[in-house]
Amino acid sequence: MLNYDLVVIGGGPAGLAAAVEAKKNGIDSILIIERDRELGGILNQCIHSGFGLHEFKEELAGPEYAQRFIDQVNELGIEYILNTMVIELNKDKEIIALSEDGLINIGAKSIVLAMGCRERTAGAVAMNGYRPAGVYTAGMAQRMMNMEGLMVGKEVVIYGSGDIGLIMARRMTLEGAKVKCVVEISPQSSGLNRNIAQCLNDYDIPLYLSHNINKVHGKEKIEGVTICKVDEKWQPIKGTEQYFSCDTLLLSIGLIPENELTVNAGIEIGEVTNGPKVKSNMETSMEGVFSCGNVLHVHDIVDFVTKESRVAGKNAADYIKGINDSDGKKLFETEAGNGVSYVIPNYVVSGGKDGANLYFRSRKPYKKVEVKVLIGDKVIKTKKMPAMIPSEMVNIPLSPEEIANLNDKIKVEVKEIGK
Amino acid sequence: MENKKEFTCIVCPVGCHLTVTKEENQYNVNGNTCKRGEIYAQQEMIAPKRNIASTIRVEDGFLNLVPVKTDKQIPKEMIFDVMKEINKYRVTAPIKVGDILIENILGTGSNIVATRNIAKNN
Ligand SMILES: Cc1cc2nc3c(=O)[nH]c(=O)nc-3n(C[C@H](O)[C@H](O)[C@H](O)COP(=O)(O)OP(=O)(O)OC[C@H]3O[C@@H](n4cnc5c(N)ncnc54)[C@H](O)[C@@H]3O)c2cc1C
Ligand code: SF4
Repeated sequence: MLNYDLVVIGGGPAGLAAAVEAKKNGIDSILIIERDRELGGILNQCIHSGFGLHEFKEELAGPEYAQRFIDQVNELGIEYILNTMVIELNKDKEIIALSEDGLINIGAKSIVLAMGCRERTAGAVAMNGYRPAGVYTAGMAQRMMNMEGLMVGKEVVIYGSGDIGLIMARRMTLEGAKVKCVVEISPQSSGLNRNIAQCLNDYDIPLYLSHNINKVHGKEKIEGVTICKVDEKWQPIKGTEQYFSCDTLLLSIGLIPENELTVNAGIEIGEVTNGPKVKSNMETSMEGVFSCGNVLHVHDIVDFVTKESRVAGKNAADYIKGINDSDGKKLFETEAGNGVSYVIPNYVVSGGKDGANLYFRSRKPYKKVEVKVLIGDKVIKTKKMPAMIPSEMVNIPLSPEEIANLNDKIKVEVKEIGK
Repeated sequence: MENKKEFTCIVCPVGCHLTVTKEENQYNVNGNTCKRGEIYAQQEMIAPKRNIASTIRVEDGFLNLVPVKTDKQIPKEMIFDVMKEINKYRVTAPIKVGDILIENILGTGSNIVATRNIAKNN
């Protein structure tokens, strides 16, 4: 069995930032395990720019952002193995991984879970018809086009208006495909407004809100789809059917954290996030096992992933050195109050030395709101925001002083403050 | 030209809803949260510009494609011409992030630069 102080599972931006931070905090024995052929995670296929505004104050393409962290990993001499997939993690922090040389066993004092997430596939939605060839997740198409050089289709319909789908609408148009429309069941898009503007409006691609695909035509290969309007209960409205011929259907219907390993290890999972429950030091319910990035909760921008992952890396390093920020201290739950769908971390360590970074999303779109952070019923922080949408994660940091004498739950709530 | 136009600011993820009105020879911008939004809106009224990202075929590389981007915005109406031009090119590995692969594309003043390293295939 191989032994390391720290094993990081997943070599995407979350895993890389956590490893770099642990190294900078004095840990030398680190191994990053990545199942893909290279480091960088999902960013390698995200060739559009828009990454790194918070982190580097410039707009980078996905691979450029990843490269900055890969360079640090190399400069710091952090060890990693590629083409290796972790298949099991047990309660003694032992890892079984499938590598090019077969199964390997690895023991670790501390572990960072950074496996990212995957896209929902066709199985997750109810559509009449067969599941013919030509149906892809938007991320799959992104990888095929941007990394493998394969054009996935010429006449495209996109189902779901998540950012990845919007970005692929533009990308496919630029490569000469005709994107007929984007179909979204909700009355509002789940993607960012700027992506609707620069990926759809710029290219005259219609967005059908409150619409659903009720039939996929074609048996062997997709031939077209029938869409129709839906009411508030998402029930089809008769007589509103429209047919679009297409050879490709891209699904952009959301991301799910990849937590098979986490669940099998018996780590507690949050219901709303589908990721492990963590304390403000990013520790999961299993001592010495930390988590960050998309495996914890789905992030829309990578800058927050990096920020969060540093906390995980730093605390993993501390744990290895025998300091555990949550040791013997009281934990207080965080609560998603009015208008908020979830709050990460799930628990705040009273008197935690690094404070706590609260990440949360609104339940629905709001205009002009005041976000309040309360301890018990005492408001400790407010933040006014011109708008809030579910697809945009919000971050409010709490300083060590603010949580020094924590004695009750921490609640985040949203209040509209007039038009 | 219309006197009033509404659009979404695309400069940052906040995506403010901007309203631009024209008075005399001046554009007044409303709805922006910061200065960059105002500059964007005026630009959008006079001569819209965009950045684009694509890929170029690579010979002899670890991957067959290198992702690229414009290092300066190009006129919006030239997007498809620029795409066509990019698609004509072939490059040979190794390539490093930031390498200029096409200089001053179609005279736009913008270079097409690599956005990742591509090692030589060995
Ligand atoms: C298709 C897609 C497109 C996106 N586009 C954008 C975008 O345009 N802009 C933006 O800001 N954000 C985007 N995101 C959000 C994105 O999630 C973050 O920007 C960021 O990449 C998340 O980092 P991560 O390290 O948590 O996950 P990832 O980047 O997904 O990295 C996780 C890594 O873990 C590896 N892994 C998983 N399981 C195992 C295992 N068992 N053993 C070994 N290795 C494993 C994976 O191979 C992967 O490399 C996108 C996400 C997806 C899925
Ligand atoms: S106006 Fe400023 S804050 Fe608003 S979207 Fe534009 S750049 Fe962002």
